[in-house]
Amino acid sequence: MTDQITKEEPVYVTEALIAEDIDAYLDQHQHKTMLRFITCGSVDDGKSTLIGRLLYDSKMIFEDQLAALETDSKKVGTQGQEIDFALLVDGLAAEREQGITIDVAYRFFNTEKRKFIVADCPGHEQYTRNMVTGASTADLAVILIDARKGVLVQTRRHSYLCHLIGIKNIVLAVNKMDLVDYDHAVFDAIVKDYAEFARSIGIESFTAMPISGFKGDNITTLSANTPWYKGPTLVEHLETVEVLSSVDADKAFRMPVQWVNRPNLDFRGFSGLIATGSVKPGDAVRVLPSGKTSTVTRVVTLDGDLDEAVAGQSVTVCFADEIDCSRGDVIATADNPPQAADQFEATLVWLNDEAMHVGRAYWLKLGTQTVSVTVQQPKYVVNVNTMEQLAAKTLDLNAIGVAELTTDRAIVFEPYADSRTLGGFILIDKITNATVAAGMLNFSLRRSQNVHWQALDVSREAHAALKNQRPAVLWFTGLSGSGKSTIANLVEKKLHALGKHTFLLDGDNVRHGLNKDLGFTEADRIENIRRVGEVSKLMTDAGLIVLTAFISPFRAEREMVRAMLPQGEFVEVFIDTPLEEAERRDVKGLYKKARSGQLKNFTGIDSPYEAPEQPEVRVDTTRETPEDAAERIVNLLLGAK
Amino acid sequence: MSDLISKSRLTHIQRLEAEAIHIMREVVAESDNPVMLYSVGKDSAVMLHLARKAFYPSPPPFPLLHVDTTWKFQDMYALRNKMAEESGMELLVYQNPEAAERGINPFDHGALHTDMWKTEGLKQALDKYGFDAAFGGARRDEEKSRAKERIFSFRTASHGWDPKNQRPELWNLYNARKNKGESIRVFPISNWTELDIWQYIHLNDVPIVPLYFADERPTYEWEGGLFMADDIPRLEKVLGYRPEITMKSVRFRTLGCFPLTGAVESTAKTLPEVIQETLLTTTSERQGRVIDKDAGGAGMEVKKQQGYF
Repeated sequence: MTDQITKEEPVYVTEALIAEDIDAYLDQHQHKTMLRFITCGSVDDGKSTLIGRLLYDSKMIFEDQLAALETDSKKVGTQGQEIDFALLVDGLAAEREQGITIDVAYRFFNTEKRKFIVADCPGHEQYTRNMVTGASTADLAVILIDARKGVLVQTRRHSYLCHLIGIKNIVLAVNKMDLVDYDHAVFDAIVKDYAEFARSIGIESFTAMPISGFKGDNITTLSANTPWYKGPTLVEHLETVEVLSSVDADKAFRMPVQWVNRPNLDFRGFSGLIATGSVKPGDAVRVLPSGKTSTVTRVVTLDGDLDEAVAGQSVTVCFADEIDCSRGDVIATADNPPQAADQFEATLVWLNDEAMHVGRAYWLKLGTQTVSVTVQQPKYVVNVNTMEQLAAKTLDLNAIGVAELTTDRAIVFEPYADSRTLGGFILIDKITNATVAAGMLNFSLRRSQNVHWQALDVSREAHAALKNQRPAVLWFTGLSGSGKSTIANLVEKKLHALGKHTFLLDGDNVRHGLNKDLGFTEADRIENIRRVGEVSKLMTDAGLIVLTAFISPFRAEREMVRAMLPQGEFVEVFIDTPLEEAERRDVKGLYKKARSGQLKNFTGIDSPYEAPEQPEVRVDTTRETPEDAAERIVNLLLGAK
Repeated sequence: MSDLISKSRLTHIQRLEAEAIHIMREVVAESDNPVMLYSVGKDSAVMLHLARKAFYPSPPPFPLLHVDTTWKFQDMYALRNKMAEESGMELLVYQNPEAAERGINPFDHGALHTDMWKTEGLKQALDKYGFDAAFGGARRDEEKSRAKERIFSFRTASHGWDPKNQRPELWNLYNARKNKGESIRVFPISNWTELDIWQYIHLNDVPIVPLYFADERPTYEWEGGLFMADDIPRLEKVLGYRPEITMKSVRFRTLGCFPLTGAVESTAKTLPEVIQETLLTTTSERQGRVIDKDAGGAGMEVKKQQGYF
């Protein structure tokens, strides 16, 4: 068998043409288009074998690699003495040992008409995030089914995910036909079964074909084993379907600005990748979100100015007028621009081991815009195996759910169904910088368009000037019993005595009123701090010096409040009392209760405290008396003015 | 109308070019101190050309860094200096002082030569200048572990790579936010194949080192391979004898240190001929290089975890 495979002639590379007329071959290669596709299925479905076969047939495997493959096949292969194509594809050492694919790998091959990039993705449920990643850049999906097993739970999951990511071209490859004697009836039954399911989740059409990746049936040539199948072959189909970028070219012009190109005073251009549509000199354009309009004068490239540029090209455009335009803005056709909004409904795929924190601020990156965003509790999550919508409090790793989100300023967007570039986004954890979620904007919420800022005549500066002070928030954070309230109280007394207008927001007191609906779960703690942050902000607008005494255990929420306020107004005071000391004092008897299990989610016991990394003030209560600390804080606050 | 349709069908080369340019602009917009690693090979040549396109009419807003081993071909040094001048970019050359002092060379020190000059040299150079993002010309089709590496690939403060803990990359959205001490290696030509590189050089007249084309060159055999005697007096000094020199028509499929880069006998003198030979050949590109063979099948993966590019 090994011999038979190595001697088989490669199928698509026109070797004769390369040998006889290299210029003609290069000309042909130069004009190829590109298709990116994803293969879905488990190891058992023969996915890696199929990809190995495509690479092999297009001569993307060289002799030395083949020799290594033969050795490896005998050593760790799963096909006995035969060539295990899967070994070509399963790259990382850990994967080879475990015999599974755990990450997205990208493979390349050419036929006479196209260049292909294959995203090879793992199929198990715990790798949903990897599949979504691979699907995000794909024009087409090949969904593999084992002919012996038919439509399985994983087939449904893969189809749902591909549909969710917006892949319009779906190929149902019924694989391992050789193991069911190329039975037409088996194929038909599977297709009928799948069609029913596809319709139920909104897949409008798909192309089904009977194949064998291992034997090569209907991959590049129609197989004599399936005379009842009239085509196309898998490769023919891949060579002819329409790619996404050509669909995008027919839409309205949009280009997110990446970079302002300003080599000297005489040139000012805006560089970006055209998301949809086309642009040419003379076109009227509008810059969003400002709404300013101008006319395109040039489309500049190193190879000379272009008469026209289309979706998928990276260009630099110049305007007739000196209008404001910078990274994050979107240049669009003047008479049909996209909208800007700050509240949305979105579908989220959670990619991180740490579950979503409802109400916490994350970074949202969409196109070239990066803004702060908070996500509400999900409306529902989808069971990817049954498509059921279930209630949920958060999103865990691999969960897919629908939720509302609010950005801290308006972003230019389009629904994901209309534009992957202006509708697709990622969420980034502000502390760890990890990419924690992928999302798709479904629509903006009306209410965000109807709530406007009311301009007020008496400004925050005027409020502060009347009080003859600079507003600030002294944010005391530390464990329960660390001494926050005691020291904050002393500081306020001193400030008051000095004629300053102050107000102290105390954790326990606020929970009696404003926040009495909140408990001590993580989501509620985040909301507790958000509200206190907003109230503090209003009070500083009124000119007050605000003191807050909250455990505020999470770094992210303290940073959220810091970001709400003008630079320098947030003063983080870390009351640094070791847990043992706070527990020894146990002023309110809470530690005792927590230790005995009567009190859940208690910071320091069964809920974490994230200490500030660079607080403006740190008080070590084992070395400094509350009186001394208060004096130091007052001096720092007033001395800095 | 038919005109418009044909225009909207970008070729694969156009799409790859647009992708690489987009990646470079993202890095410049989102990092503090980027640099382009420039090895003077054909992939570096394409990457440099793409950078010039990405920022035109501005010169690329970052320097070129050549981590030198002092054992490169003379033709490579010549082209390096010429391209730096032509592109208007600052050229930084770094040679690991410890390797220089200890006289590390490919003949006496084997794997240590690569480790000291290249791996350690690169780490030292990045630390010295405080670069937080470095463009590299690696491609996913080169080698198995590269096939799974992200375009934005993060390195720890000690330059290690953790393949199990890579950030997901969706659409063309890149998360360039770093933790303290981390740096990013960015691979703008990840999705190019060797053929794409050659085709691009052909279409854009990208200047490359003449060693890629066949010519009569002085060669010698060493440990079963055919090499070019680029600097005979130096060879003699290190080897302790004068190797037997034969003039042969040879070229190189890949370029590195001349004592480590195997020559292939060839008559391909033009770019189409080189491409023709490449396509008809049956051994993969990296075979001429000794570096991947250490540590068996997982050689490159291990090297990368240690900080090799």
